[in-house]
Amino acid sequence: MPDTPIDRLARATPSSLARRARGLSDRAIAWVFVTPTILLLLAINIFPLIWTVRLSFTNFAANKPNAEVKWVGLRNYQRILTDPDIWQTMQATAHFLFWTLLLQVVLGFALAWLINRKFRGNDLMTTLIVIPMMLSPAVVGNFWTFLYEPQIGLFNYAVEFFAGIPASSFSMLGSVALAPWAIVIVDTWMWTPFVMLICLAGLRSIPDYIYEAAEVDRASKWRQFWTMTVPMVLPFLMLAVLFRGIENFKMFDLVVQLTGGGPGSTTLLTSIELKREAFEKWRTGYSSAYAIILFVTVFGLASIYVKALNKVKER
Amino acid sequence: MKSHYLAATAAACLTLSISHGAQAEDLTLCWAAWDPANALVELSKEFEAQSGHKMTFEFVPWTNFADRMLNELNSGGKLCDLMIGDSQWIGAGAESGHYIKLNDFFDANGISMSDFVPATVTGYSEWPKGTPNYWALPAFGDVVGWTYRKDWFERPEIQAAFKEKTGRDLTPPATFAELKEVAEFFQGREIDGKTVYGASIYTERGSEGITMGVMDVLYSFGFKYDNPDKPYDMEGFVNSPGAVEGLEFYKALYDCCTPPGASNSYMGEGIDAYKSGQVALQMNFAFTWPGFEVDPNVGGGKTGYLVNPAGPTGERFAQLGGQGISVVSYSEKQDAALEYIKWFAQPEVQQKWWSMGGFSALRSVVEDPAFAASQPYAQTYLDSMAIVKDFWAEPAYASLLQASQKRFHDYVVAGQGTAKEALDGLVQDWTEVFQDEGKL
Repeated sequence: MPDTPIDRLARATPSSLARRARGLSDRAIAWVFVTPTILLLLAINIFPLIWTVRLSFTNFAANKPNAEVKWVGLRNYQRILTDPDIWQTMQATAHFLFWTLLLQVVLGFALAWLINRKFRGNDLMTTLIVIPMMLSPAVVGNFWTFLYEPQIGLFNYAVEFFAGIPASSFSMLGSVALAPWAIVIVDTWMWTPFVMLICLAGLRSIPDYIYEAAEVDRASKWRQFWTMTVPMVLPFLMLAVLFRGIENFKMFDLVVQLTGGGPGSTTLLTSIELKREAFEKWRTGYSSAYAIILFVTVFGLASIYVKALNKVKER
Repeated sequence: MKSHYLAATAAACLTLSISHGAQAEDLTLCWAAWDPANALVELSKEFEAQSGHKMTFEFVPWTNFADRMLNELNSGGKLCDLMIGDSQWIGAGAESGHYIKLNDFFDANGISMSDFVPATVTGYSEWPKGTPNYWALPAFGDVVGWTYRKDWFERPEIQAAFKEKTGRDLTPPATFAELKEVAEFFQGREIDGKTVYGASIYTERGSEGITMGVMDVLYSFGFKYDNPDKPYDMEGFVNSPGAVEGLEFYKALYDCCTPPGASNSYMGEGIDAYKSGQVALQMNFAFTWPGFEVDPNVGGGKTGYLVNPAGPTGERFAQLGGQGISVVSYSEKQDAALEYIKWFAQPEVQQKWWSMGGFSALRSVVEDPAFAASQPYAQTYLDSMAIVKDFWAEPAYASLLQASQKRFHDYVVAGQGTAKEALDGLVQDWTEVFQDEGKL
């Protein structure tokens, strides 16, 4: 008679429990395993979401639990959607999203393509490149404020060295024109390695024999790149864009540390504004409506994107 | 009524506990993480030895202090037994029931608010303002003032250059116009082989920085929060011609005379700029002054202290800082917490508090004939405390503050719109807040 760990577990199971378990169908056993997860999801995801939707139609303020809660209908939504300040934060977020994604995709893919070559020190180089993404965003934000310092910052000195613009004549974080680019640069510096790693996985999944066949057919390197490499890496790249897009839509810590949303409201991203409404002004009802609008936006865009991703994968 | 009952019960319990020997408690005091807090840790050792209670401290950096502690209070947290909360929290502390009312306790223990500097009682203890309802004991008096490089001002070659440029002697500025003139003179000047700048002022966006700085100037230009005869009526007061001129002045000062990159400066950045010899003038709260006296670069007589300069009409006000100490209503150790306040209110403890770097608000300490000469900044502190005004201390102060932070930073640092538009917008924002609060 075999004596595997499963057999030992079966013998150790109390007979009453064993009888009950024997009477369960496969489907019932599946439900037994899945139910705790479903309950947990309902408790920590679905219920808060429904509750937030409900709050978004009220004037509830979490810091005044005893105050009368009034039903305000669509007033919160109307105020948000007609508020020019909110649209300004949306614009700032869109600028940040577009440029960080574009730069990270281009640079990440280029780095992956270069690092995919076989050369001495390849592993060390890969490790060095991924260091920025291992750091805490708060730390990154803090030391980049020093790098951007007009009087002592290395960044400004580098610009002076290469472009001849005096270091103390411009302030990356204090200028309305430059601050949106300052946060794009830092996020790109930090997260390009992440896109690179995903692209590298894509590049390494392409079998060598495909390139060998292309060589036999005398396809040029340029043609190999555009007709083989890019299409085969595209699903990976799109996945990286999805991850980074969702992450950057909710960007908070890095930008707060760098600019606090300033100068003025130039780098005030939606998540920073939402946090201020919810946990500094304590306008819970209003901020719930704001959160729902953002949720619908992200969910809608992500759904369209995932469909496109699936189509690319099916090709 | 509930708070009356609580305070009376607490006072009775305290009396009983003192007479029968109190049970030793582990008390937690919450405050900001800064130099005075370290001094309070030292000072409180005396309380521990006398009472048998153990003191634990929860200090949070200024930039996160309001967020962290207001969340704690709003959630009914029991972390803090004693809270040294910012002056603007007093409205929310009282109306939301975060603090216990201290009137009965003060009466039972012979603590009189008339023994404290009036401005600190109004600023840190009273709610509603101007009524004898006390929710805190003035703990740390503070006010925005200016420091200047006395050693630079005294150099003959600098004095001569200033006289040549302006036609007058280089003296510590008494008006804001003079202050700007001095700042312009120092901006970009070479001193000891180093380029220096005019002034460090508050421009911080994230918490309260630029509001504290702008208000500090606006008061002396004629800004008023509302109509004295009609509360919350702000049109023509917040955006009066004087207030507009004051805001334009602040922007002009920012544009002409601050160091490069000073677009997000508050207390810490101001201290750094001044100690490192970057600026000739510095706007900052008085709590920073003891640190300058012992600093190797700017201490030892190199620093002078100034009361906020006067505005164009000669009016002179300054932004109040500082905090009162309150007992948190959610604490289960209110008796011991009240015992701490009783100990802290004693004149000899307050005297020691001042000597350790804490800015006492007790009149017997600050009106002592020896006080003015006790520190180089003591007289400036006294004079400044006599002209203070404070930001809204309404329960909705955070919303009011957020609006002013945005409007002021948009105009002063980002250069968007005009001063009139910024203040008109602020009237609109604040009106909306008070409408939401049901006060309009």
